[in-house]
Amino acid sequence: MRHLDEYRDPALILQQAEAIRAACTRRWTLMEVCGGQTHAILRHGLDDLLADTVELLHGPGCPVCVTPTETLDQAVLLTRRREVMLCTFGDMLRVPGALGDLNAARAAGGDVRVIYSPLDAVALAREHPQREVVLLAVGFETTAPAAAITVLQAEALGLSNLSLLVSHSLVPPAMEALLTDPAHRIQGFLAAGHVCTVEGAAAYQAIAEHFRVPIVVTGFEPVDLLAGIRACVEQLERDEARVENRYDRAARDDGNAAARDAVSRVFEPVEREWRGMGRLPASGLGLRPAYAGFDAVARFGIASPATGADGPCIAGEVLRGLRRPTDCPAFGRECTPNTPLGAPMVSSEGACAAYLHYRGGA
Amino acid sequence: MTTEVVRLAHGGGGRLQAKLLDEVILPALGSPARGAPDAAVLDAPDGRLALTTDSFVVRPLFFPGGDIGRLAVHGTVNDLAMAGARPLWLTLGLILEEGLPLEDLRRILASVSAAAEECGVQVVAGDTKVVEAGRGDGAYLNTSGVGIVPEGVRIAPDAIRPGDVLLASGDLGRHGVAILAAREGLGLDPPIPSDSAPVAGAVAALLAADVPVHALRDPTRGGTVAALQELADASGCRLVLDDAAIPVREDVRGACEILGLDPLHSASEGRFLAAVPEPAAEHALSVLRSRPETAGAVAIGQAEAGEPAVIRRLATGVERRVILPAGEQLPRIC
Repeated sequence: MRHLDEYRDPALILQQAEAIRAACTRRWTLMEVCGGQTHAILRHGLDDLLADTVELLHGPGCPVCVTPTETLDQAVLLTRRREVMLCTFGDMLRVPGALGDLNAARAAGGDVRVIYSPLDAVALAREHPQREVVLLAVGFETTAPAAAITVLQAEALGLSNLSLLVSHSLVPPAMEALLTDPAHRIQGFLAAGHVCTVEGAAAYQAIAEHFRVPIVVTGFEPVDLLAGIRACVEQLERDEARVENRYDRAARDDGNAAARDAVSRVFEPVEREWRGMGRLPASGLGLRPAYAGFDAVARFGIASPATGADGPCIAGEVLRGLRRPTDCPAFGRECTPNTPLGAPMVSSEGACAAYLHYRGGA
Repeated sequence: MTTEVVRLAHGGGGRLQAKLLDEVILPALGSPARGAPDAAVLDAPDGRLALTTDSFVVRPLFFPGGDIGRLAVHGTVNDLAMAGARPLWLTLGLILEEGLPLEDLRRILASVSAAAEECGVQVVAGDTKVVEAGRGDGAYLNTSGVGIVPEGVRIAPDAIRPGDVLLASGDLGRHGVAILAAREGLGLDPPIPSDSAPVAGAVAALLAADVPVHALRDPTRGGTVAALQELADASGCRLVLDDAAIPVREDVRGACEILGLDPLHSASEGRFLAAVPEPAAEHALSVLRSRPETAGAVAIGQAEAGEPAVIRRLATGVERRVILPAGEQLPRIC
């Protein structure tokens, strides 16, 4: 933790916040794309520290939040098959779909296993050759390599009882979609450092140029985040719009070639439904035809149930940075972590959960 | 050689059950011989009786720093201590799953016995049931405890007053992380040991030193946040934690960072939180620090007048409210 503590040093935090205040001639509106960053901002109170200088909008970068209802419903349908063992990350268990959530599916007798790494699914498939192990593969660029390696390992081991329900999403197309919305208020982006450790900062170049918006690759600790915010407002003050890497201790400009290679061997870009944002072209990953045998939807002939609406929940607008969690009439009243109406209240990385968790109720 | 295991007939009330009791359970616990009345009849000393019960369903049964047997004794003894009671007697209910190796049962019972002796309590009654294979996780334990609250002692969550100092008896959140790491095979090296331990002695020492303790709470399930939230709700006070003072071991913090969990939501099984009037806080800390099991005691915050809530005051001066997680904490996606 020694290395982490350096990036949480209160004196450094206050110093950076002061430097940002000094650099700003006006108040700027920035969006952090990643849910992990939203969580860190709220946890460390950076929103309060910068309240008079920078407005932080919270973007759609919570993988749990943007996973469409359809995928969750398919997962619930799979748990109703006796032969299926569904593997998922813990924070997917409470996301409500039209057919309830996976916790309820487990309580109803479904075999739902919480895993820590997609590769755990390979181990489970080997341990339980008589079962059909299905990996609910969600997440952004960061988790896709592990899902790809899961497929490659299963192939190498000749496992015929493992398949994937794939709902991987890609961040840059979502950023483009946000910027093409005429109502958007984004003046600069903090890009997620861990996405860049895979994809490389270069992935954002075209967006920065085309939309004239500064994009700063930023880490997850308070000092990292403030350094990213500072670089972003300094660009804005100078009327610049370029990609800047403020997380170079982890993210290189060219990313991780081995991880990208695994992803591109197994997956290809496909159109993907984003909860709250609709269908975005080339914004998701699907299995390449060569790996179609690993597609759980095809293997089990799972129908795509009709997508239910999110009800009074304004999750879509929250995910697009158009409204704040506290603007929602249900926030902290009908909608709480115990009774979530929408995904951003479920995931620990969701903006609504972060607001309720760190700033209190309605 | 075949391993001896628990069989359904061990719970059937017949000869095999008698054998299990006579040869395995009763000798391990040093309890009165079978044939005693259906209920233990006990001579109670003066004072008010404290009574508590708790069930233990932990997986795995054996984990770094403890096992279900020690946990069952410590959990119940500590619950009594949180009322200021001196623990005296325990009951032990065993629900065993068919197929449990008898060797494991012997280990668990030896732990119960050793922990009871360490805590100065006697196991005076019990019950054994066997359930079919697949209907249990090896063994479930239930312990009920009886203790005596000395005259003049009144420890209750609603006794907290604005100005009271909040103390933690040692590092927090360790047991929950230790169990999670052991259950999920996280392979932490070295493994994180549970903090499972009795705290009744430390509480007795505080009372013996005339520390006017207002409230006590052991941060078990739900962790420190759940315990403090209960104290806040009961007392109507705003409990403000000094974030930098909260004691969490480095390995526990590290594991929580990796898993996306908060150590303050993770259970402790050998720790307690205390609210004492400010003038008595230093004295209380020196009493606790003089004992090995509470050597790491520190002040972590203070009660204030205001809306009941648990607040974390960060070193930057920003205040963050902390709330209870919805159900079990689950590891995050990335």
